[in-house]
This record gives sequence, C-alpha cells and structure tokens, in this order.
Amino acid sequence: MDDVQAMHIANGIVDGPVSALFAVIAVLALAFCVWRARADLDDRLAPMAGLVAAFIFAVQMLNFQVLPGVSGHLLGGALAVALVGPWVGALCVSTVLIVQCLLFADGGLTALGLNITNMALIGTAAGYLLVAALMRFLPKTPGGVGATAFIASVVGVVVASQGFVLEYWLGGTTELSMTTIAGTMAGVHVLIGLGEGVIAATTVATVARVRPDLVYALRRYRNTVPAAEMADAA
Amino acid sequence: MGAGHAHPLHLDRPSPVHRLAPEVKILATLLFTVVVVATPREELWAFGGYAVLLAAVAGAAGVPMKWLARRASIELPFVLLAVALPFAGHGERVGWLGMSLSVDGLYGAWNIVAKGTLGVVASLLLAASTTMRDLIVGLDRLRCPAVFTQIATFMLRYLDILADDARRMRIARLSRGYDPRFLWQVKAFAVSVGSLFLRAYERGERVYLAMVSRGYDGRLPRPEAGGATAAQWAQSAVLPAAAAAIAMTAVLR
Repeated sequence: MDDVQAMHIANGIVDGPVSALFAVIAVLALAFCVWRARADLDDRLAPMAGLVAAFIFAVQMLNFQVLPGVSGHLLGGALAVALVGPWVGALCVSTVLIVQCLLFADGGLTALGLNITNMALIGTAAGYLLVAALMRFLPKTPGGVGATAFIASVVGVVVASQGFVLEYWLGGTTELSMTTIAGTMAGVHVLIGLGEGVIAATTVATVARVRPDLVYALRRYRNTVPAAEMADAA
Repeated sequence: MGAGHAHPLHLDRPSPVHRLAPEVKILATLLFTVVVVATPREELWAFGGYAVLLAAVAGAAGVPMKWLARRASIELPFVLLAVALPFAGHGERVGWLGMSLSVDGLYGAWNIVAKGTLGVVASLLLAASTTMRDLIVGLDRLRCPAVFTQIATFMLRYLDILADDARRMRIARLSRGYDPRFLWQVKAFAVSVGSLFLRAYERGERVYLAMVSRGYDGRLPRPEAGGATAAQWAQSAVLPAAAAAIAMTAVLR
C-alpha cells in the first residue's frame, strides 16, 4: 500500500484566490448536476448514485500490473459517463474525490475545488460531449459504443489534465513556462488515457452486450425499460 | 493485488482528539489548511510553528510520527515536481554548488513541500481520529447538502461488498486456470469490471426497491444525537486560532 501515490492536486500548488474561485465553480456546477441527475433518477438518485460511486471507487482499488514494477488503476470518469451519463457520473466522481480527500488524505483540502473541476467536471463534460457526438455516426452496437468509450477516455483524461494547466496559469505559485507544463501534462496523460481507454472500451462493450438498456450512451437510441421491470428481470 | 485507495487510515485510540465531535474536527482541519495555504511563502519560521502545532495534535491523538511519515509519502510526486522547480523557474538566479538555481523556483519548491506536507499531515490526523461513519455525520451536521451525504453513505456502505465481489471474480478466474500477466490480462480484467458494474447497478436497484418497501421517500432518517458541545468547539478552535495567530504575527512583523 505504500506505492499508492497522489494524482490529485495538493495544497500550495495553486494559490488561495484561484483555489477559492474554482471551489465556487465546483459548487455551482455540482448543484446543477444534482438538479439534472434528479431528472434522470428522481428518488432513486441516492441509492443508485451511491452504488455507482462505490463501483468507481472499487474500480480504482483494482491495481493491475502493466509491466514488471509498474502497476496502474482506472480513473473511471469516462467509463462512468458512458454507463450512467454526465450528471450522475459527475456527482459520483465528485463524491469519490471528496471522500478520498477527507478519509485518505489524497488531494489537498483547499485544492478540492480544483480537483473536482478537473476530474469530475471538465473530464466528464469533454467525455460526454464526445460520446454524444460520436454515437450519432458510429453503429449502435457493443463495438461502436466501445470505440466511443475509448476515444472519450483518451480525450477526457487529456482535457482534464489541461484543466490543471489553466489553473496553474491563473494561480500557479511559481513562474514556469506554460508550454512545458501543458506539453508534459498532455504527454503523460495521453499514455494514461490510452490504458484507460482500452479498459473502458472493453468494459462498456461487455455491459452493452449483456444489458444494453443500462448503457446511457445507447439509451437514446432504444426504448427504455422502466426501472421496476428492470429489477424484476434481474 | 495492491490495496489502491482503500487502505483504512483510521487508528483506533482512546484519545481526547478521537472523542471530539466529527464536525468540529472537519472545520478545524479546513480552517487550519486555509491559514497554511494563505501564509506568504517567505515567512519560513511560520511554517515551523504550524509543524509544531500539528506535532502537538498528533501527540494528543496518540498518532505515531512514523505512521504519519509513511502515509505522507502519498505526496511524493509533488515533491518531485518541487525538486524540478529551482532548475526550471525563471527570474533571478543564484549559484549553489556550481548549479544555477532560480530564486523564485526555490521559493516555489519550498512553498509546495511545506504547504503540501502540512496539508497532508492535517488531513491524515483527521482521517486517523475519525471513522468513516462519523465523518459523514460530521458533514451532515455542517449542513452539507443531504444528497451528497446520502450518496457518500451508500458508497462507503457498499464499497467493501463490491471490492469483495471483485476479489471473488478474480479468484474464480484464477481457479479456472487463468494466469494474469502484463498487458494480456486487459481483456479479462475489463470484462470483469463490466460485470462488476452490472452487479453494482442491479444491487442498487434492489436496494432502492427494498428501501421503498420500507417507506423510503427520498430522505434518510437522521440520527438525532446532539452535536458538538460548546466545550468541544472551543477545544478544536485552538488549532486554527493558534495557526491564525502565527500567520498574523508573521505578516504584521
């Protein structure tokens, strides 16, 4: 467990005023997400989003060996977007981030707004816009939705990393060349995104094969089954 | 298999810090961290003062320094970033051991290491002295919107069940002759993540129906226990108040 390392912004990287600004942005955006997620799930919101958040958290716990000595784990943002949609997805990822910050000291308390903005808002928004756009053209099959999830993962992870670049540009505590930061962050996150994308694609394709009605990205293109019937079928 | 993010940081100790109500601890940690981050980085000695404050809290809570040091290694990537700053920074430069270092970069590195470490240690002390359940109760009493505390409650309640589900699926794969290595395991791994999602989602639906049949109408019953006493608020206020006093002296000096 000692090889666990923070990928979340710590205290002192970005200055106070900018951190506060992004905390306000995160609160406002999450309030909007709660409102839209209620429309998706009404009073099922708490138990369903709770289980999806537990799923994302559990997936992040599954380390697997990529190469000898190098292990990785999923981030799950784009996966959540493809499976449960942008609003519930953003809520779940934020809940995971808040709990990781408070219970696991991962990510600074004052940087919580920054981390939520990058990973739960920018990442899922970019991922979802791509999913929505690509699903118009790609076949509505497990393969098609898998390809969508792959592209959305890569782009979502890279765009989320550029959120940090924006925040550092606004309130970084040390003068650095912004192109270097942007390049380094993008380079590292393309690699992370590719790994993330392969797994997310296979995962979404698996779910689409077994329970296509549960894949949010496909939902618009088929007649949905009401919740009660879904539970009976299960 | 690594334990990922889920190592329980809680240390069960009979200490006065553990007995404080969770909401006062959360607020004290947050205020302390805000004071630390707001302190100008040039005031080197102020950060020493903060470290002494945290050491006192750790002593009162019975949290060993070694435990804190090991868990604080979570911020190593940022320390690496800090090491790079004096070389990559701009502006005025100083020579040291034949290397040309940026003054702004040196301060930046100090800023990240000092504020990052103090923040991580403060959060670790909160996590060490508060159980998961108490933390949610604390957030609830701090008027955190109920939808978040509810989602977090369900998440923490079912996390171990899902983790065990994943472990059982892995054992099932292994016992059928599967030999996970390197990148080849991606397909089996991803397929089991997919079935984990199906199990989680279907469990969510069953939980919801079970709750509805027991009269759930969108809100959970609140535990009616009284919150923190005035004495507890006063005790926990010592940490952020002392930190604020250090910060004020540093700035006004």
